[in-house]
Amino acid sequence: MSLGSIFDIAGSGMTAQSLRLNTTASNIANAETASSSIDQTYRARKPVFAAIQQSMLNPSQQGLPLASDEGPGAGVRVEGIVESDAELQMRYEPDHPAANEEGYVFYPNVNVVEEMADMMSSSRSFQMNVDIMNSAKSMMQRILTLGQQ
Amino acid sequence: MAISLDSALGIHQPALEARIKRAEVLANNLANADTPGYKARDIDFSAMMQKAQQELSGLGMEKTHERHMDLGSEGGSMAPDSDLLYRVPHQPSVDGNTVDSQQEQSRFMRNAMEYQASFQFLNGKVTGLKKAISGQ
Repeated sequence: MSLGSIFDIAGSGMTAQSLRLNTTASNIANAETASSSIDQTYRARKPVFAAIQQSMLNPSQQGLPLASDEGPGAGVRVEGIVESDAELQMRYEPDHPAANEEGYVFYPNVNVVEEMADMMSSSRSFQMNVDIMNSAKSMMQRILTLGQQ
Repeated sequence: MAISLDSALGIHQPALEARIKRAEVLANNLANADTPGYKARDIDFSAMMQKAQQELSGLGMEKTHERHMDLGSEGGSMAPDSDLLYRVPHQPSVDGNTVDSQQEQSRFMRNAMEYQASFQFLNGKVTGLKKAISGQ
């Protein structure tokens, strides 16, 4: 329990949100990446977030049974990145160099509108974590002036 | 009469600690604003202050064994923290997350202001002690 752990918490939030922004950028950049087969086509990637509990950070407590509520938690982590299994777009483009024998190419299942909304959400959340870190910083600076004239 | 620094500072030191702990919990809520299934939490501040007051007046319980239940707010993170409660959501999202970013942020800011107030009181105490020591 200290102000220092707020930096870790907000930092973990910023890492997670920037990774989310990263996947969004990758999805939008590859929104029109066509390919000739279903397996090779790019699929929209999404990060999966999970909360960090404090007992996970402390190896001496890992064997103990979990209490129903165990401390305030220690931020957020990215558990992994999953690929969307939504249907790919199949377009008839016989002139395309990647077209298959029937003249079809496969486009990624990236929903650009959804990605833009995701981008705004993640940049807002990032900003929020920066604000938290700034507040924690000014709280910490204030405590350093304790007893000074 | 011996001057104990702990009792000289009064309730303001545990109050400041409680504010810091609440800031941590609220920061954690905000960091997990997009985590599916995460339940927002908060600290029952009045219960925490009551406990601190009891400890100050000498009515608190002492731990003499590591397996003793922790009644105070201090202690290991595994101790069942009865002050730490789950928030009742106004509009939970579909993925089970109950964090309302705007509300949490306003609570965090308010907590920071109240922290500043506690700090002012504590600073006043320290300044008073310094004045007494230097005899001005």
